[in-house]
Amino acid sequence: MSENKNTVDKSQEDTLEAPSHASEQEVAAGKESLRTDADPSKKTLTHTPSVVMKELADTAAKREPVPEARPATKLQLVSRSTQIKEASLATLFFICAFLAVLGVGLIFAFVAWRAFPLLSEIGLWNFLTGTQWSVADNTFGALPFILGSFVVVGGSLILGVPLAVLTAVFMSEVASPRANAIIRPAIELLAGVPSVVVGFFGVVVVVPIVSALVGGAGFGPLTAWIVLSIMIMPTITTLSEDALNSIPMGIREASYAMGATKWQTIWKVVIPAARIGIIDATILGMGRAIGETMAVLMVVGNAPQLFAGISAPISTMTSQIVLEMGYSSGDHRTALFGLAAILFLISMSLVLTVRLLAREQTKKTKKPKKGGGA
Amino acid sequence: MSASTHQTKYSTPLQTDPLVTSYYVRNLEFWYGDFNALTNISLDVMPSAITAFIGPSGCGKSTFLRCMNRMNDLIPDTKVGGDMLLKGADIYSSGVDPVDLRRRVGMIFQQPNPFPQSIYDNVAYGPRLQGVKKKSDLDDIVEDSLKRANLWKEVKDILDKNGLAISGGQQQRLCIARVLAVQPEVLLMDEPCSAIDPTSVQKIEDLMAEIKDEVTIIIVTHNMQQAARVSDYTSFFLQEVAGEPAVLVESGKTSDIFTAPIDKRTEDYITGRFG
Amino acid sequence: MSTKTNKNTQNANAEQRKTGMQVLKEMKEQHRESGSGLGRAHLNNRIAMGVLWGATVITIGLLAVILIYVGYHGLGVVLQDFPRFIFTWPEGVNAEGGIWPTIVATLYSTGLAMAISTPIAVLAAVYLAEYAKQGRIVKTIRFAADSLASVPSIVMGLFGLAFFVETLNIPLSMLAASLGLSLLMLPITMRATEEAIRAVPRYIRWGSYGMGATKWQTVSRVVLPTATPRIITGLILSLARAIGETAVVFLTMGIAINLPIIPTDSGRSMSVHLYLMAVEGINLPSAYGTAFLLLLIILALNLSARYISKRYSRIDNA
Repeated sequence: MSENKNTVDKSQEDTLEAPSHASEQEVAAGKESLRTDADPSKKTLTHTPSVVMKELADTAAKREPVPEARPATKLQLVSRSTQIKEASLATLFFICAFLAVLGVGLIFAFVAWRAFPLLSEIGLWNFLTGTQWSVADNTFGALPFILGSFVVVGGSLILGVPLAVLTAVFMSEVASPRANAIIRPAIELLAGVPSVVVGFFGVVVVVPIVSALVGGAGFGPLTAWIVLSIMIMPTITTLSEDALNSIPMGIREASYAMGATKWQTIWKVVIPAARIGIIDATILGMGRAIGETMAVLMVVGNAPQLFAGISAPISTMTSQIVLEMGYSSGDHRTALFGLAAILFLISMSLVLTVRLLAREQTKKTKKPKKGGGA
Repeated sequence: MSASTHQTKYSTPLQTDPLVTSYYVRNLEFWYGDFNALTNISLDVMPSAITAFIGPSGCGKSTFLRCMNRMNDLIPDTKVGGDMLLKGADIYSSGVDPVDLRRRVGMIFQQPNPFPQSIYDNVAYGPRLQGVKKKSDLDDIVEDSLKRANLWKEVKDILDKNGLAISGGQQQRLCIARVLAVQPEVLLMDEPCSAIDPTSVQKIEDLMAEIKDEVTIIIVTHNMQQAARVSDYTSFFLQEVAGEPAVLVESGKTSDIFTAPIDKRTEDYITGRFG
Repeated sequence: MSTKTNKNTQNANAEQRKTGMQVLKEMKEQHRESGSGLGRAHLNNRIAMGVLWGATVITIGLLAVILIYVGYHGLGVVLQDFPRFIFTWPEGVNAEGGIWPTIVATLYSTGLAMAISTPIAVLAAVYLAEYAKQGRIVKTIRFAADSLASVPSIVMGLFGLAFFVETLNIPLSMLAASLGLSLLMLPITMRATEEAIRAVPRYIRWGSYGMGATKWQTVSRVVLPTATPRIITGLILSLARAIGETAVVFLTMGIAINLPIIPTDSGRSMSVHLYLMAVEGINLPSAYGTAFLLLLIILALNLSARYISKRYSRIDNA
């Protein structure tokens, strides 16, 4: 192919184009082919201008003796400036895309940098296992917040996941299109309700109810569970429904044709088939829950204590950061950045888990190479 | 109803006693909403034999097949009229549970549709639904069904592999094994060979011949050679005008239909003049 | 049947002489006589459907309760001397009057954030969907975008404070907040745009390439215009997300009530105002009014996104 191109370029060179242009074009074309080699479907597309020109020039060169290859003159329609523009635009787009990588990198670097003195000043072990958090004593043990976050997230998952998955199953397997035309926008809207509004709702509605039911002031894990499960439910519902909808209709039909009831089909075929997707949804919901700040902050009670019952105030990593960041300095600030670093690492590992699960999934159902005639 | 003037031609007269037939269908009508998709279908499906439904695509033969195990019930806004009797019992009478019916009448689909579970679990699905719990019983059934589906030799060492991880033809035989595992009285096959490789087609045709004594088989096929090869009876469906209901043009012994069709349209279709 | 004899030798340890098939057959006959097996299956089915219904009703009910409760209490506040609550300043110890400066601060910072993040996000999506070859680089970028989307907003806020405010010396202001918010919006807009571009049918591109258009000509004149409605839908949804965002704004905008004029002015957003009113508890009516207005804005944005995507879905499907 490159040989072919050389001859063509030469023929152009001889007759019509400045040599510098021909090589310029070749470089551009070569670059393009480098970039698109891996994707055969795109290859033909990206090559189109140069390929078409080359072919036309080729036939023209064959038809007529070289010195008179006049038609080829007109075929050089893509100007040099256009090609430079194309290349620089591609670079610009790449830079934009790379900003996402840069953003994540910067966030991690900054949080880690600010949290780094932890190692020397407080000691990682003391930080992770210490149960005392006192600005006055300059002791910063993060365990109450780490555990607090997990208590709050765990409870909200127990409440929210079943409700969310059942709703998703209802939407994908049972509800009529007309019912879904109401349910789906409602779920999306619920997902859009700002966490501070849900937190506010928690303060004015859920807190008094919990207080009346279990005593105390109403601020504590139970309230946080309820409020947080409202926050994560739309995420889990939407993603689970996607997973369920992606199961081909054929296997449902097969199950019905075997004499299964609707529930048997859902329980024994559809849900197992969508299992990975539902787990994904739950993990992402968990990520949402662990990073959730305002709603939790407003109802959890914010006492740096270990879990001591469903109505005893506790605190979480996120709420502690918001509460104390404003007036923190020195070790205190370092400790807060330490909490942020933990949050960052947790959410990162959840994203990674989802990726690995997806890879596992594709590996499992991959066909052997012979493939059959489907 | 203009289409009801249509007269189906029979090379062998229709039975008068429903009990000698497997399916005994009289004047069946079918609607999707307002659209009358099938009209005035009358036919007998004889037990322990293979019946082929042929006709150009879109002629209602698959729709008719899906009436036979009430799969069409799953599509909202459909309606059935006329009589369809299975072993003398009306399958559309109010007392009949479609779930129960489908346990007696198995179905194979055009696209192989194994569950994304292990091969073993695929075959054990039906028996488990019906309450078989003992591992040894299930092992028995799985092996037996896979053998009857001509698949055992290929998968006996990979029973715990995902049903989607085998070839398309193997998947289709897996689906057949899955249906055979519940010992259906009738096996409905909706173009089972249109999406798979020729070797598997051969194996499926072989197994059909092997099991037809125990299971009444009805196969919808586009492939006239296949109909001629495997079936004992053939029915020819046709929708002559788009928007009008499809009708049953001719029905009878396969040998009669293919050698001496009564209706001109049957002859035209079989000799490849349209479709 | 010959297969069954094989079975017996193989399963010699099983005491029963019956094969699995025979067991199943007897079971079926039993069921047919008593009708018991299916009866239970149908009962289970009915119970399960009831549970599914119930779950959905609870989920939808939660939304309804939030909307109705906030609406019921907030609507009165907003409508009292309408439009005083929207267009006047807070008075006294923030106890009376309206929330005008917070509305301005919210719109200011989110608008600015959208102006910053949209071009970057759209161009990045163009790169991922049209230019990049599928390989390690794309995987890395996509992973980074997913990660960015999952970074807890409080961490984002902390980063905004440490980087934009303390390192780049931007004061607590609209600008600092909008930079933080744009980090939040970037992955959302990027994902939506990429999906929108990928949804453009391939033959439409072929049409353009077939005429000898360059890549950028094809993208800018054919692909992006076709994808525009979906991109706008994505933009609106990310805007709605930013308007409700509290943690980032809390740490980067400041909390003083101030009417922002230039980007380096500080202020207090509606969401932060709502938070402070709610926890201080001194002025619940103002909190209700703010919550109601926030919900109203987000509801309006959601509905318009829905309207746009519905209106143009026919073109998309064509």
